[in-house]
Amino acid sequence: MTEEMKHPLSDYLRMDRLPHIWCAGCGLGIILHSYVEAIQELSMDLDKIVTISGIGCAGRASGYVNTDAFHTTHGRALPFATGISISRPDLKTVVISGDGDLFAIGGNHLIHAARRNVDMLVICSNNFNYGMTGAQYGPTTPLNTRTPTSPYGSIENPFNLVALVASSGATMVSRWTVYHVYHLKNAIKKGLQKKGFSFIEVISPCTTGFGRLNKQTPIEMMRQLRDNTKIMKVHPTEATIDPSTEIIIGDFVDVRKPTYGEILRELEAKAR
Amino acid sequence: MADRVLTGTRFVHGDWACAEGAISAGCGYYAAYPITPATEIAERIAQRFPVLGGKFIQFEDEIGAIASVIGASFSGLKAMTATSGPGVSLMLENIGLAVMTEAPCVIVNVMRGGPSTGQPTMGAQGDVMQCRWGMHGDVETIALAPQSVQEMYDLTVEAFNLSEAYRTPVFLLSDANIGHLYERLTIPREEELTLVDRKRPTLPPSEYLPYRADESLVPPMASFGDGYRFYSTGLTHDEKGYPDMSVETQDKLVRRLCDKIRRNTDKITRVEALMTDDCEVLVVAYGIAARSAATAVKQARDRGLKAGLLRLVSLWPFPDKLLEKMAEDAKAVIVAEMNYGQLVREVERAVKPKPVRFLPKLGENPHTPGEILEAIRRIDA
Amino acid sequence: MAKQRIKLNKQLCKGCGYCIEFCPNNVFEKSEEITEKGVTPPRIKNPDKCTLCGLCTRLCPDFALTIEEDETDG
Repeated sequence: MTEEMKHPLSDYLRMDRLPHIWCAGCGLGIILHSYVEAIQELSMDLDKIVTISGIGCAGRASGYVNTDAFHTTHGRALPFATGISISRPDLKTVVISGDGDLFAIGGNHLIHAARRNVDMLVICSNNFNYGMTGAQYGPTTPLNTRTPTSPYGSIENPFNLVALVASSGATMVSRWTVYHVYHLKNAIKKGLQKKGFSFIEVISPCTTGFGRLNKQTPIEMMRQLRDNTKIMKVHPTEATIDPSTEIIIGDFVDVRKPTYGEILRELEAKAR
Repeated sequence: MADRVLTGTRFVHGDWACAEGAISAGCGYYAAYPITPATEIAERIAQRFPVLGGKFIQFEDEIGAIASVIGASFSGLKAMTATSGPGVSLMLENIGLAVMTEAPCVIVNVMRGGPSTGQPTMGAQGDVMQCRWGMHGDVETIALAPQSVQEMYDLTVEAFNLSEAYRTPVFLLSDANIGHLYERLTIPREEELTLVDRKRPTLPPSEYLPYRADESLVPPMASFGDGYRFYSTGLTHDEKGYPDMSVETQDKLVRRLCDKIRRNTDKITRVEALMTDDCEVLVVAYGIAARSAATAVKQARDRGLKAGLLRLVSLWPFPDKLLEKMAEDAKAVIVAEMNYGQLVREVERAVKPKPVRFLPKLGENPHTPGEILEAIRRIDA
Repeated sequence: MAKQRIKLNKQLCKGCGYCIEFCPNNVFEKSEEITEKGVTPPRIKNPDKCTLCGLCTRLCPDFALTIEEDETDG
């Protein structure tokens, strides 16, 4: 697509790069839409946002937003973003990445960034597999799922992402789905304005990967997000997640604690 | 404590000097993971940065440290990390990202015995090839090798200057001996320092292409928050920074990234020549081993042997033509390194068919002058 | 007086069918068309039932649906 297309959100997108590379029905396009619409509704200055992503399908998101953006190495979006957040507290640092990038290879950085309460918003697209490389199992794949690297069924227990992030110290933790577009946008708006490590898990259909392995059509996957989810206000460890039976969604944690940058500035003042 | 440049003469160790070199150069971000024998650099920075307003973070691992350094570099700060061999191994993927996205940054490797965990507290020069070839793909890097505490300061400043001029990661290859050696260090007055900053864009955001370069092959660099809204990726990319997997783009990009360094070899090369004009035996050495070599060469001359020393201050890009020229009139070349054969391979290649005698040294200490003198004698015999 | 209506950009549509399935007022249906990309885009079946709620514009992963000023009369 080379000619300039008109779109109400065209100021927020790199229109010269649409249509995006994601598959038909992929939830990442919905997340992208939600993200830029949230920025628009908050009237944020596009010059003051930095969008960082890791590797994977979700990692391509940074390439479509009209902000300073960077596509880092696998699993390293969070430390990269930490470098920005600490160096430039005047900018809003946002990370968009996937469950594998943030919680498998990037898992160590995830728990420490949350522990430090570095000021940033992290939007994690959870599609229950490694989509980009062909639907292999990952840290959120339900037990017994057959994938190309678990042809007899996966034998690993999946993470509960919101529980892990909350117990590591994140000060805002939510889980929504790409079906719940208004709740998702509102959570993103809250995260964009919040100071602290803010995390939003977004359940998202991988239509050609996880969906095809489970013999689900895209519409069936979205119906599942509509019908198998329950909005509850619970402790993240009670926000259980099983895509085939029930996924608990909602805003689970929202507290205010000093951010890493704020404590650092206090320390600098004392040192002088 | 509150001055950026601590002008004056002191008796300090190499790691301290390196940290102060970074501070003098204007380093505003430092992230690292503790590792012997580089930890003291982090400790000095941790002490100084809060007072100066620099940002110091001790990361959970070296990979996080280097990733954050690149983020800080694109945020507009001069950024550095310091580690040893095992840490560089962990960092290599992200150093490749720095090469690919053209992020100025300094990586200090205070080398220790390897391979693997090796001899954590003992000096070695075993990571010379690592910083050149450790990354996957075709990359070029710049590496400087200090031989003294003074050079730990001077060459750290130089490393920042080169990284800014060429928009590339620059390695400072020290070793445990120099890192922990106490010697005199003289820090100049601030006005006496020459500092280089990255070229900034002159075009407005609507016209600026983040990865378009002129004949210098170095694109001007915008920072996050400047209003350029630029995109960078480790994927092969076009001048806009957008991923582009075409054959033409890969060819163009890889060549420019490498030629950026290769074509500037003469400008980047730093050497020190001692009595090489009429030498018949050319000794090549770098880092602390070069100090023994210098003594050996002087002792050789006292005994009527025409020896000379070419001390390489920059190891990469390797100055092929210079080596060829310097060895032209010599009978043979001796390479003394604290490893089992790394830079000697480059020397052999450059001076072919001149005979090269290799003097390895493993275990901790540099060669004694006597060992090198003996080798010089043998050639002359 | 221009009013607003749902507009579909067929160049961006990938035929996922979410708009057809989830529109609360059954505004869309599958068309018989196959675009040059091999996609079967939706068709606006009941334009008068559209309340301009905008749900489809947000559920569409491809930015293909927008609410625009209707340039035609009526």
